[in-house]
Amino acid sequence: MQTLLFALEVSLNGFMTGILYALVALGFVLIFKASGVFNYAQGVMVLFAALTLVGLQQGIVPFQHLINNLLGTSIHGFGWNMPTFLALLLTLLTMLLLAWLVEKLILKHLVNQNPVILFMATIGLAYFLEGFGDLMWGADLKKLDIGIPMGISDTVEQTTYDWFGYGFFIDRLDITASIVAALLVIGLTIFSQFSKTGRALRAVADDHQAALSVGISLRRIWVIVWSIAGLVALIAGIFWGSKSGVQFSLSLVALKALPVLMLGGLTSIPGAIVGGLLIGVGEKLFDFMVGPMIGGATENWFAYVVALVFLLFRPQGLFGEKIIERV
Amino acid sequence: MGQTETTNKNDILMDIVNVTLRFGGVKALSDVSFNIQRGEIRAIIGPNGAGKSSMLNVINGFYTPQEGEIWFEGKLRPRLKPHQIAYQRIARTFQNIALFEGMTVLDNMMTGRMIYMKSGLLSQLAWWGKAEREETENRLIVEKIIDFLEIPAIRKTPVGMLPYGLQKRVELGRALAAEPMLLLLDEPMAGMNNEEKEDMCRFILDVNEELGTTIALIEHDMGVVMDLADRVVVIDHGEKIADGQPDEVRNDQNVIDAYLGVSH
Ligand SMILES: Nc1ncnc2c1ncn2[C@@H]1O[C@H](COP(=O)(O)OP(=O)(O)O)[C@@H](O)[C@H]1O
Ligand SMILES: [Mg+2]
Repeated sequence: MQTLLFALEVSLNGFMTGILYALVALGFVLIFKASGVFNYAQGVMVLFAALTLVGLQQGIVPFQHLINNLLGTSIHGFGWNMPTFLALLLTLLTMLLLAWLVEKLILKHLVNQNPVILFMATIGLAYFLEGFGDLMWGADLKKLDIGIPMGISDTVEQTTYDWFGYGFFIDRLDITASIVAALLVIGLTIFSQFSKTGRALRAVADDHQAALSVGISLRRIWVIVWSIAGLVALIAGIFWGSKSGVQFSLSLVALKALPVLMLGGLTSIPGAIVGGLLIGVGEKLFDFMVGPMIGGATENWFAYVVALVFLLFRPQGLFGEKIIERV
Repeated sequence: MGQTETTNKNDILMDIVNVTLRFGGVKALSDVSFNIQRGEIRAIIGPNGAGKSSMLNVINGFYTPQEGEIWFEGKLRPRLKPHQIAYQRIARTFQNIALFEGMTVLDNMMTGRMIYMKSGLLSQLAWWGKAEREETENRLIVEKIIDFLEIPAIRKTPVGMLPYGLQKRVELGRALAAEPMLLLLDEPMAGMNNEEKEDMCRFILDVNEELGTTIALIEHDMGVVMDLADRVVVIDHGEKIADGQPDEVRNDQNVIDAYLGVSH
């Protein structure tokens, strides 16, 4: 009984992590569906969004190292903290601007190119953004705190104790993250189902030629999907950054999104969500049950092994349609 | 509608003048000229690979010809992107069905109304004011087209689940939803059985007669062309080899040769 409760607690924690994986995977899927581009920069976008938020909020002078080196000054901060709400708004605007620039400077010039070329372009974008973020805000580890409640939830611990005689440790940050992520997904779904632009997004995902023929501008849609991906990256960045600090390693969440994508399929939004949750729960549970027998640290590879095995049997992913080669 | 010898300039909806289209070394269209009159059904015929689809793609902006002019409603058309041409109320269907597979019949047709929907992103996000009104208004028009095409029963069905013939009909519906000034149909009857063909023929005639829509259509089946078209232009190897009324064209020696593969 005790083990079962442990396992349940571990699963719940995995579920919360899984939600963040799902968010990052969702960013990938949105862009891939609309433009056939596998956006290697999605992880770095998470980092960049979080960096910008921290930088703005803490009043860090952008490019301070560069300025200090060039001018021999030693400025560090503006000496004020920006109100969180304003910092969030400006970061969001930055992500929208980024989407617009990506379309203007990259995608526009590469329409109809081989997907591999577009993929390479996003690799370039990833390294550029990583370097640019460092240059602008500095590469040191930053603490992100925008007032989201953190620490073990007493309510959950108390309630579960009353029910099971065993109190669960669940971080309040994780609870908030789950709620926000769920709201985001519900919002996006409603938007894509019931609005004109949502319909245009789905149309472009299904058939570029047909979408053009009814008057949809692909370039406008690309700006919109990159903006949504930017928003998703910002939200993932806020929660992941609040949890583990903002620095380069934040962009590595994207590495966990890869197996999620293999599991869920590149083009399926439900796939990204279910895949994220499965990997999140699976890796924690596996580490809890099997880890001790084989010396632990299974979390690093578990997701990939599952994805690989899965690929062998269902290459189209959980919800993808069966791939039939056209001849 | 009958064809008169004297054509008024105002009757010409689109004038295609000396269009040449090349793909690398391949000439898909060479120096092709013909016009489309308001209210007519204009057929474009020719053997496989003749350049018929290329012609439609030039008209709706997928391809940009290296030479030639396109006059639409009496004005020389500048170089436009396909989605801009859609706003001039030129709608089309495709040789291989190009529906939005993941969507229902209704949603497919609603995308056909895209050019009439002008609400901003914020209004849509809030589902307030203009966006809501717009949805309702356009939905009414789409419902009328659904009735016209006799498919009310499948309104909420995802198009991927429909049989081929119905998919073609939905695709026609999506194009009609744009209330087009010029409707382009690329082999609307291809791959259909006889019954489906008859239905499609009837719908094309009804669209032309009841809605007064000008139609340019590509078709292989000579019999169908004879029944439908007011005028026919024949393309072979990218060149126009005949242009006229159906029975004239049918008896044209060049056309007979092209179809039998004699002279090249
Ligand atoms: N996008 C393209 N790229 C290269 N060649 C093309 C393209 N589209 C059409 N063609 C060529 O143009 C010619 C005419 O094709 P098409 O217009 O499809 O003929 P039809 O519709 O009359 O069967 C063919 O030789 C075809 O290979
Ligand atoms: Mg063709």
